[in-house]
Amino acid sequence: MRKNVWKSVSLLLIALCIVITGCSSDNKEKTNAGTDGGANTASDGEIKVGILHSLSGTMAISEVSVKEAEMMAIDEINAKGGVLGKKLVPVVEDGASDWPTFAEKARKLISEDGVATVFGGWTSASRKAMLPVFEELNGLLWYPVQYEGLEASPNIFYTGATTNQQIVPAVTWLLQNRGKTFFLLGSDYVFPRTANKIIKEQLKAEGGELVGEEYTPLGHTDYATIISKIKAAKPDVVFNTLNGDSNVAFFKQLKDAGITAKDMTTLSVSVAEEEIRGIGVDVLEGHLAAWNYYQSTDTPENKTFVENYKKKYGADRVTADPIEAGYDAVYLWAAAVEKAGSTDVAKVKEAAKGLEWDAPEGKIKIDGDNQHIYKTVRIGEVQADGQFKELWNSGDPVKPDPYLKGYDWAGSLSAGN
Amino acid sequence: MDVIVLQLFNGFSVSSILLLIALGLAITFGLMKVINMAHGELIMIGAYSAYVVQNLFLSYMPSSMFNWYFIAAIPFSFIVAFLIGLLLEATLIRFLYGRPLDSLLATWGIGLMLQQLARTIFGAPNVGVTSPSWLNGGMTIMGDVVLPYKRLFIIALVCLCLVAMYVYIYRSHSGRRMRAVMQNREMAACLGISTRRVDAMTFAIGSGIAGIAGCALTLMGPIGPSIGTYYIVDAFMVVVLGGVGKLIGTVFGALGIGLSNTVFEYWTTASLGKVLVFLCIVAFLQWKPMGLVAMRSRSLD
Amino acid sequence: MHKRLMSRQRLWLLAGYAAAATALFCAPLFLSDFRLNLLAKFLAFAIVALGLDLIWGYTGILSLGHGVFFGLGGYAMAMYLKLEASGGRLPDFMDWSGLSALPWFWKPFSSFGFAFAAGILLPALLALVLGYFTFRNRIKGVYFTILTQALVIITVTLFIGQQAFTGGTNGITGYGKLFGQSLASPDTKQMLYWVTVIALIAAYALCRFLVKSRFGKVLRAIRDGENRVRFIGYNPAIYQMVAFSISAGLAGLAGMLFVLHVGIISPSMMGIVPSIEMVLWVAIGGRGTLIGAALGAILLNSAKSVFSESYPDAWLFFMGLLFVIVVVFLPKGAAGLLGQFKWLRRRRAKHGEGDGVHYPAV
Repeated sequence: MRKNVWKSVSLLLIALCIVITGCSSDNKEKTNAGTDGGANTASDGEIKVGILHSLSGTMAISEVSVKEAEMMAIDEINAKGGVLGKKLVPVVEDGASDWPTFAEKARKLISEDGVATVFGGWTSASRKAMLPVFEELNGLLWYPVQYEGLEASPNIFYTGATTNQQIVPAVTWLLQNRGKTFFLLGSDYVFPRTANKIIKEQLKAEGGELVGEEYTPLGHTDYATIISKIKAAKPDVVFNTLNGDSNVAFFKQLKDAGITAKDMTTLSVSVAEEEIRGIGVDVLEGHLAAWNYYQSTDTPENKTFVENYKKKYGADRVTADPIEAGYDAVYLWAAAVEKAGSTDVAKVKEAAKGLEWDAPEGKIKIDGDNQHIYKTVRIGEVQADGQFKELWNSGDPVKPDPYLKGYDWAGSLSAGN
Repeated sequence: MDVIVLQLFNGFSVSSILLLIALGLAITFGLMKVINMAHGELIMIGAYSAYVVQNLFLSYMPSSMFNWYFIAAIPFSFIVAFLIGLLLEATLIRFLYGRPLDSLLATWGIGLMLQQLARTIFGAPNVGVTSPSWLNGGMTIMGDVVLPYKRLFIIALVCLCLVAMYVYIYRSHSGRRMRAVMQNREMAACLGISTRRVDAMTFAIGSGIAGIAGCALTLMGPIGPSIGTYYIVDAFMVVVLGGVGKLIGTVFGALGIGLSNTVFEYWTTASLGKVLVFLCIVAFLQWKPMGLVAMRSRSLD
Repeated sequence: MHKRLMSRQRLWLLAGYAAAATALFCAPLFLSDFRLNLLAKFLAFAIVALGLDLIWGYTGILSLGHGVFFGLGGYAMAMYLKLEASGGRLPDFMDWSGLSALPWFWKPFSSFGFAFAAGILLPALLALVLGYFTFRNRIKGVYFTILTQALVIITVTLFIGQQAFTGGTNGITGYGKLFGQSLASPDTKQMLYWVTVIALIAAYALCRFLVKSRFGKVLRAIRDGENRVRFIGYNPAIYQMVAFSISAGLAGLAGMLFVLHVGIISPSMMGIVPSIEMVLWVAIGGRGTLIGAALGAILLNSAKSVFSESYPDAWLFFMGLLFVIVVVFLPKGAAGLLGQFKWLRRRRAKHGEGDGVHYPAV
């Protein structure tokens, strides 16, 4: 009996400790974490930066690699002496593939840890969840993934492609080179639906024809019926905006149904080198993708980047567009801070205007108005070694245009803004 | 006409996959009443086992042998999942018999840990398994209808598993002991059956079949740390719709869900199809609360 | 002897209430804005846990669908806030999705009173309808549990699919004002904390009243022997329906508070995983005791925060381990710990024990 009492008491004590630490850890920092976005917390020769990706849950398959690239960039910068002579200290948090968690952790990073900036997010939903927090606390977020556009928050830098740097040029290229009839296939969430809305407008304007449009729930793993529908529609091009795991199921089953890249063009906007490894080269060979960067992109910066990444995380690892965009984000922020001479959000934003940097993907430049990046568009074909061969590129970096204001046919899309 | 035949085939194929993922659960949940939320993770373990076997073949076997790795992977997945099931049973599940909802809680925890373990060992990104070349392509019938070999293979595999399970449960000595223990534990124990050993074996076999399912699913879908979450709810739906405790019920449950899913999805969209299927399940259970094939019992409480 | 024990027990209980109340009322004094906000969120979760405990701990019906009720409440509040923030214009996500006019069912949500009422009544009504069919058909135990999971899948898929009306996977976010006050300001946050504390106390009082009343006795009787209750002449279905619907209403209330604290509601909060987590709070806290359920929600969420902040790469190991340890060593949850003391155990014995959920005989 006595033993039981002791057991209970000790367990109760442990529980109590958890609650106390859970609610009060770091409350020492309460005083210095004001509403100025923690811009002035660079003390003791250190600058804290936040890293907020899904390290668990369904999105971890993609986001962990981006986190690793960002950590690598931070290590490299620290090895060269840091920023403003101070070391960068990453504070890593797990968004757990859950959007409210992203909002909570973003708030924690800014107001409790007092980080100077946050690198993070992957899905549009996670960005939309974090956006009000960053605007409210005047924080700074660097978002590294291609997305559906129609957004330009003053507190976010978008280092991935917006629609006119990926989807729009890809559709134009497909219309000129592969055929006029399109089948749109996407996961049932915001990015594919918005992207397909844009594509439909563009097809109308540029003489294409829509023969089918299908959305599958996230995590859908059986595409037999969808493939039947594609077969019946006989499109020239399948424009694929499926997300993550669904791609694996779709491409494996597409091949089994006897459809290869020779029979029908498939262009994906969410399949990069990393996904190729998970899907299998034998299944994907010959299919197309549109990105701004490939591991095979031929620049001196990329050689070093790929080499370092492999050295750090294993020779079998590959780099990909979002990984590179995450890496760029850290360097762009560091350059802006150096230029501004401060980590203050307003000063950094001002300094970032028109900032140029030689990224692995080539020269990139921050657009002063919408805080997106000038990027080169590249269409690639999957090769037998799991790498892309570039079929076409835009030559110069394309000016970001998240609201597609430069396109007449897109008038109705951004009317409300 | 082509479309009808193809969709009918697709319907059977989807049913076979559902049946494969639900078979293991039909044992652990249906017979043993353990709400095994880690069932999805056992499927994941099977998938990773196939990946490991593939890599072993790539490293240590002549490349001409590579095509046969899959044949080795199926029993290997079974054994790995079987052993993990045995371990789980011995360390945790055996404390939870007769407390089904506690088993839900604990196995949910186990599932979380197994996911994180897979992430630690194999890395967070998906891994790729190349399917053997003899399963590529398909059988062409009636001109334009292609029946993929992989789907045919999975149907055959499911039939094989079913026959093996039938023989084991209804025609072997250990199967008889298993049924005895599940039906009346005290009586079975009185007659000298080691219920501990039977429990352990039963749970391990259920887990092992989940492993086979995982191995087979590498042909069709992704292999990553959290794939279990895609299958677990479907698996429970199949078992419950079929009627808890009867193997034949599970077969009908899988056929019902698989065929109706294909039909609805073709008529409407994938999302709406899914909603309609689940609405049908809800409606059906209102009509027959015990599932398609109910165990008859005179007892009330 | 007995009397003395009882009074000692009352003393302990009173001391416990006093300690809890003091902790709640003093929290704003020594917690940072962020931590206070977090605690407020946990308190909102505690309201769900109370509701779940009513239906699971006392009536013996396990629902894995409370995420839906929670989400419906959250959406009701979010719709009001979003309309408020859009200020007469179309909410931004409808614009992207190609809607040109506000859908009819959105219109009444521009009134706070309607949104608030809907946030509680809508989940309660849905629960009543579902309960009417299932309980009348005597669907119980694991079949009911699986039905609620089907409900979750249906709702989540619908909400994600109808992006134009619900915001899709993104959910509804991007609003900052309630009655013209910024939700972000520390004053509003503190205000909302007090509102949550009051809501929690009210919910606790309601549940306690129900549990102590004759109604509560029938619920427990249903849990321990549904058929016997039926033979005595009660209609268990009505009691189950009412309990289920009250429980759903509480979840809706919690969802509304959650939206005010976190500023986002999305289908990911209605899914299978959060629904199971809600059950875990009750299980870990101790089902069948109201205080335990509320405590469990706070405890488990604190643990989740601590582990994920300290070990972002490995916190799932700790959480998993926690579940396993609690189940194996503390089957009655944290509140069960108290039960290990002799004088409380005596009291427990009178209430009867047991898992509370029936499974079909095989």
